Amino acid sequence: MLTAEEVLDLIPQQPPFRFIDRLVELSESTAVGEYTFRVDENFYQGHFPGNPVTPGVILVETMCQTGLVAMGIYLLGLELPREEVAKTITLFTDAEVEFARVVPPEATVRVTAEKLFWRRRKLKSKVTLTLADGTYVAGGTVSGMGVSREQS
Amino acid sequence: MENQDVFDKVVEILKPFAKNEEALGNISLETSLQKDLEVNSARLVDIVLEIEDSFDIEVSDDDADGVNTVGDAVKLIVAATS
Repeated sequence: MLTAEEVLDLIPQQPPFRFIDRLVELSESTAVGEYTFRVDENFYQGHFPGNPVTPGVILVETMCQTGLVAMGIYLLGLELPREEVAKTITLFTDAEVEFARVVPPEATVRVTAEKLFWRRRKLKSKVTLTLADGTYVAGGTVSGMGVSREQS
Repeated sequence: MENQDVFDKVVEILKPFAKNEEALGNISLETSLQKDLEVNSARLVDIVLEIEDSFDIEVSDDDADGVNTVGDAVKLIVAATS
């Protein structure tokens, strides 16, 4: 079984495309991750000039990095040794999400993911993204498929 | 359950996942899910889960691996429900 630190180490996404600072909870059924959007994230320059707002696609990616990538690594770690887990990458396959609020620079967000199913290396999770005070921002379901890094 | 009823129900399950409308229009027992209907491997997992729910059966991963055509799915369901 992998620890939260080991899972973080195995997440392939790196800055400027890494949206998970820490995993505060990780189990066979749940993953909770947090990320603070830096004021100098490169996408704020264009989205929007003079009025920075975190793009919805980045919020989807943020939900996926905790709800699919981190949880997928953890679940795979229950079946395979760490070196084999490292050879697999989770690719995004489908999602249905809604957005209720915008996320400004420097906001800390929390992603809570609940596993809906993990079958044949496909993971589907119910995800919710909230601000640090618990305010609901976005949510839905996301799915991804674990494939060999060579295949991807 | 009659084979035709199973076939009709399988076609209904496949409809939202099929990318090739023409192949869907000409669907038969020989139609390949991936080659003809252009269903991707991630969606095949969703289809297996829908089949399990719709027919109240359990499909093992090995059995699911053997499903290439609509006929394979019908055969598997008929065997599991009879």
